[in-house]
Amino acid sequence: MTSPTATHFAPRPGLGRTWERGALWLFRVATYFIVLCGAFVFGQIFWRGAPTVFTAHAPFVNVAFFTEAPESLHVFAYQGEKMELGDRAFNAFKAAHADAGAIKDDSYVYSAGGIFPCIVGTMLLVAGSMGIALFLGVSSAIYLNEYARDSAFVRFIRLAILNLAGVPSIVFGLFGFGMFVIFFGWNVSLLAGWFTLAFMVLPVVITASEESLKAVPKGFREGSLALGATKWQTIRKNVLPYALPGILTSSILGIARVAGETAPIMFTAAYVVRDKLPWEGLEKWTDFFFQGVMALPYHIYVVSSKIPQNEYTARVQYGTAFVFLLIVALIASTSIVLRSRLRNRYKW
Amino acid sequence: MSAATLSPMERLPAPPPSSPSLAVAPVAAMSAPAADLPPSRPIIDIDHVDFFYGQSQALHDVSLRLDEKKVTAFIGPSGCGKSTLLRCLNRMNDLIDGARVAKGSIRIRGIDIHAPAVDVIELRKRVGMVFQKSNPFPKSIYENITYGLRLQGVKDKGRLDAVVEKSLRGAALWDEVKDRLHASGLGLSGGQQQRLCIARAIAVEPDIILMDEPCSALDPISTSKVEELIHELKKEFTIVIVTHNMQQAARCSDQTAFFYLGRLIEFAATRTIFMNPSNPQTEAYVSGRFG
Repeated sequence: MTSPTATHFAPRPGLGRTWERGALWLFRVATYFIVLCGAFVFGQIFWRGAPTVFTAHAPFVNVAFFTEAPESLHVFAYQGEKMELGDRAFNAFKAAHADAGAIKDDSYVYSAGGIFPCIVGTMLLVAGSMGIALFLGVSSAIYLNEYARDSAFVRFIRLAILNLAGVPSIVFGLFGFGMFVIFFGWNVSLLAGWFTLAFMVLPVVITASEESLKAVPKGFREGSLALGATKWQTIRKNVLPYALPGILTSSILGIARVAGETAPIMFTAAYVVRDKLPWEGLEKWTDFFFQGVMALPYHIYVVSSKIPQNEYTARVQYGTAFVFLLIVALIASTSIVLRSRLRNRYKW
Repeated sequence: MSAATLSPMERLPAPPPSSPSLAVAPVAAMSAPAADLPPSRPIIDIDHVDFFYGQSQALHDVSLRLDEKKVTAFIGPSGCGKSTLLRCLNRMNDLIDGARVAKGSIRIRGIDIHAPAVDVIELRKRVGMVFQKSNPFPKSIYENITYGLRLQGVKDKGRLDAVVEKSLRGAALWDEVKDRLHASGLGLSGGQQQRLCIARAIAVEPDIILMDEPCSALDPISTSKVEELIHELKKEFTIVIVTHNMQQAARCSDQTAFFYLGRLIEFAATRTIFMNPSNPQTEAYVSGRFG
């Protein structure tokens, strides 16, 4: 006869334990698989892109790639030696060598030079659209959460905002094209891109801002109102500052999305190539808003789909993707630092 | 809300002396002012108020006259309408959808606070409030106290400093926090936080301070400090306090109003309510037989 302890606490026969283990491993493997996929994507882009972005010697960063405009790459053989030169260097080479006129070269567009105009364009698009989205989004979140009474109309607005979040980005692109580019006559321009991207992230900003406003305890509002503050004074001094960290968190998501979307800007703001930087050759200052720009995601789309894939073009393809990831990471981490600073200032 | 904020036209005549009410059955002593107290200047005059949250009636024909520089306690079981009435006095109920005074009037210093000419912001400057859950803002102690004054546009540092010291002394908190005025108000203990909220309320120099169960979340020592404070404050302010704690009402109020199911059952001197109530329901409640 077994001891009482053993009979009481011995595992029951059956498949129970096997199922427990199976469930654990299913979830564990699924999680590891995701991590692996992510690591593969980032690793691939880092591995292939890093040689373009970093150099072996000081300053260890390929400055030209960050500061120059894209050029065509000319590949040719000269006196038995294989040469790879960008547009300007190629022209200088031809001028310097009298016998160079007969050179037969293969040229690959955008594969030399850098991506400076794309970086500038993306930064401008992000800054402008987030400015518009934050202003409109926070305003409407304040209205919905602080002022509006619960009515059928307000519920309808909330539903509309939720639905807006599910609209594919290409639809936003076409909407922006029809509305801003054609109907308002803004042409392909920064302004059209700003508003298109802003409308795309508005649902994210509104929803998250509302959540942040809701998280501010009711006692702060009542305490303020009981001291003779008006509603707007209460919101400005005693609600919004505490909601700001949460609103910034939401805008991190927004920024990553705005910076990364290709579809909304391909009809509204992005040029395949543009010689001038946005601040060059403006006749009057308002022209700034009505010019198209180059943008990183659209540039990635162009260099990955419109030019051949080979050893000469891979450099700029992976380099651009890598820089793009770096920039998004930079924006996101800036926002995170900002948020944690604010969060420490207002804790309750 | 001083008389100066209204033109003489808006000022209403003194209410007619209320006749003994026959409409509400259980009411025995409902004539205002409080029975058997020496007459004093009434500052708040609640006259036959019916109050609704949407369709449900929370107050039924409540009439009360509260005296200046006295402590009035509202007692009664949960849901009896005492907090609702308190929040009517500075119109905090305006924040709730569908909440309204359907009948009757509330006058403070003779002015109907629901009159169109009354600005609710001005009213709340004169009628301060301390909440059940202490709600110091996540700002420094100094900023908490000066919040109300800064809203009124006071920028003079000397004056703000003086008000901070005066208010903190008034709330018996000065000695405990004078060395850390610029530390967060949330770093204080629960009782200190509640006294900070009282200091913040008196910093704007109201006439009336409403307290909604100010000690319900405090330990006994903090509670006794707040009660001592109430005793001091009534030299300068009229205080209305809602409390679940009958000992507290007995200890710190001059007059007590007992509510039950949205009706005022009895209103008299605190001593009378607790020692010799005229209504059997009051007696049952204060002796702990229900509620």
